[in-house]
Amino acid sequence: MNRHFALATLFASTLAFAAPAQAVTEIQWWHAMSGGNNDIVNKLAADFNASQSDYKVVPTFKGAYPDTMNAGIAAFRAGTSPHILQVFEVGTATMMSAKGAIKPVYQLMKDAGEPFDPNAYLPAITGYYSTSKGEMLSFPFNSSSMVMWVNLDALKKADIAEIPKTWPEVFDSAKKLKAAGYTTCGFSNAWATWANIEQFSAWHNVPIGSKANGLDGFDTVLQFNTPLHVKHLQTLTELVKDKTYDYSGRANASEARFGSGECPLFLTSSGYYATAKSTAKFAFTSAPMPYYPEAKGAPQNSIIGGASLWVMGGKKPDEYKGVAKFFAFLSDTDRQAKLHQESGYLPITKAAYEKTKASGFYEKNPTLETPLKELTNKEPTENSRGLRFGNMVQLRDIWSEEIEAALGGQKTAQQALDAAVTRGNAMLRTFEKTVK
Amino acid sequence: MEKTAIFGNKALPYALLLPQLVITLVFFYWPASQAVWQSFLREDAFGLNSDFVGLENYQALFAQPEYYKSMITTLVFSSLVAALSLAIALLFATQADKNLKAAPVFKVMMIWPYAVAPAVAGVLWLFMFHPTLGTLARPMRVLGFNWNPLLDGNHAMALIVMAAVWKQIAYNFLFFLAGLQSIPRSVLEAGAIDGAGPLRRFWTITFPLLSPTTFFLLVVNVVYVFFDTFGIIDAVTGGGPAGSTTTMVYKVYADGRLGGDLGGSAAQSVVLMVIVIALTAIQFRYVERKVQY
Repeated sequence: MNRHFALATLFASTLAFAAPAQAVTEIQWWHAMSGGNNDIVNKLAADFNASQSDYKVVPTFKGAYPDTMNAGIAAFRAGTSPHILQVFEVGTATMMSAKGAIKPVYQLMKDAGEPFDPNAYLPAITGYYSTSKGEMLSFPFNSSSMVMWVNLDALKKADIAEIPKTWPEVFDSAKKLKAAGYTTCGFSNAWATWANIEQFSAWHNVPIGSKANGLDGFDTVLQFNTPLHVKHLQTLTELVKDKTYDYSGRANASEARFGSGECPLFLTSSGYYATAKSTAKFAFTSAPMPYYPEAKGAPQNSIIGGASLWVMGGKKPDEYKGVAKFFAFLSDTDRQAKLHQESGYLPITKAAYEKTKASGFYEKNPTLETPLKELTNKEPTENSRGLRFGNMVQLRDIWSEEIEAALGGQKTAQQALDAAVTRGNAMLRTFEKTVK
Repeated sequence: MEKTAIFGNKALPYALLLPQLVITLVFFYWPASQAVWQSFLREDAFGLNSDFVGLENYQALFAQPEYYKSMITTLVFSSLVAALSLAIALLFATQADKNLKAAPVFKVMMIWPYAVAPAVAGVLWLFMFHPTLGTLARPMRVLGFNWNPLLDGNHAMALIVMAAVWKQIAYNFLFFLAGLQSIPRSVLEAGAIDGAGPLRRFWTITFPLLSPTTFFLLVVNVVYVFFDTFGIIDAVTGGGPAGSTTTMVYKVYADGRLGGDLGGSAAQSVVLMVIVIALTAIQFRYVERKVQY
């Protein structure tokens, strides 16, 4: 008797919940934003859902970047992919080569009849996610770049008057800092390959690979074993011996070395801002990445990191209309400006950047403008527009291995970079065959 | 009525076996055959393009010097982990087997690491020995020992061996303790009366009587280091520095799961499967002869 009643209630309540759910179209959004970023994502979805009544964006946290991407791929293979999938920048080539699995954003906006002007977005950001014809394939969401975090108190202690701008100045400062008591780490960086290969190449206007770093085709060949690259790595291998330079690993687990005051000069993502602000007990700022003055045209411009939103293929037109409306909602100038100022992400549109600038925000928060200045330092060239290599996650592992071999003294810088290029090219050829 | 142990029904034994057979087919033979089939394909991550390439994945694999390096790494890693975790667990088990008041507490404390997930075990050790964040690594560096698993391959290897051994000791301990407790006291007492010292009693009575347990654990431990340790490696070293902690199973995981190279990863797992089958066969053919049941 009781059980029947419970079942009946359950049935009735399911109906009650199901009925209004059918009236709105649900948009599934899988993302990799944890902690405070997760709150931002949830708030964006809630604001959008409150702004209209036809669509409902449902955000779901799926783990770290690689986990989210793998979950999306697995779901696609099982026929249950979400509408929107957040993919980190190194997954771009894999996503864009998956024709049929994704719906290009420019196509989506055109089909849905939503206002969309690709020129409204920061070219340094959209270049990464566009074809060589300028068609935007994914929607930029959270972007960052690499900057040098500077412990101002330490510089004072070591009697260094100015923040070092070039690499020789950084080496020199690191030696002074070591003498001033920072014995275990003069300078360091997170993201070994992002700092020493990817950003380094773009910043010095030298190629990472042919075909505009792979943006113009998958038949690209790696080229980062130039004398400039070798010189840089060679210098690091010499400085690592007495810890003027100290190695901090492949990813960003060691970022805390800056906040704890151990490493007074530290290159990592501009997205480190919030953490630095809450942990560092000293005056700090961010500065542009250093460069070699003899490199022609350096500094050029930096490239972005972070993630973008990909729209998965095979969905209903009405659902795509909702996704397009959501993207239009995200592009709104006020919303972008606020998002940028609160989260520390880069603004994705020019208007949001201008608005923030005009409000005098950067005078009070100069650290937040450094990555923007780097990205827009010069008109991007073939070497600094971005990069797009297949199997990029694996490529990074190979490159890290070779950098570690050089820093550990098992190989010379030249040997390590040659091996990184050769092994990477073999991987690129495999990828090329899978997507032909 | 005639009583008999022989079933007249011919189909019944098969019917009784069926669930077991179905489970084996579904959960072992089917995935294994899928891995073999996948190793002959070249496929993109989304499964949109799939080409039959024959043995190309295997050729590419055996052309990589890194693959041979990962074999050597696996050999070093697995022998260290199996030998250390068995030896230490046996030592602890013999101690716990003594008539101590604190023995139950000791046993419980010994067992709990088994309940820790491999990745969590890895993170625990990382917290202690990360070169800059580690609670034990900093004092080591202050004392002048240049502990640096981020660049020194031997240090990194030592770190994952410690984590993997720590994780496995509990399991080995349990079996050794059960084995020890099943050894008849009378035999040991007879040995003592005949004048054999504790060490002699251990090597001539206890250890031979433990040999079935030891053999079972050897097989299980080898399978453990071959298949279950990638979580630890991923959390602690990520296969680095310079590939010096990339074991074969970690390479399968990294290339397939992280890198999206399904064909190459499948080829590696087939090679790994063949090696483990061969190892197990050798163990049963040669080592088992020394086992006294």
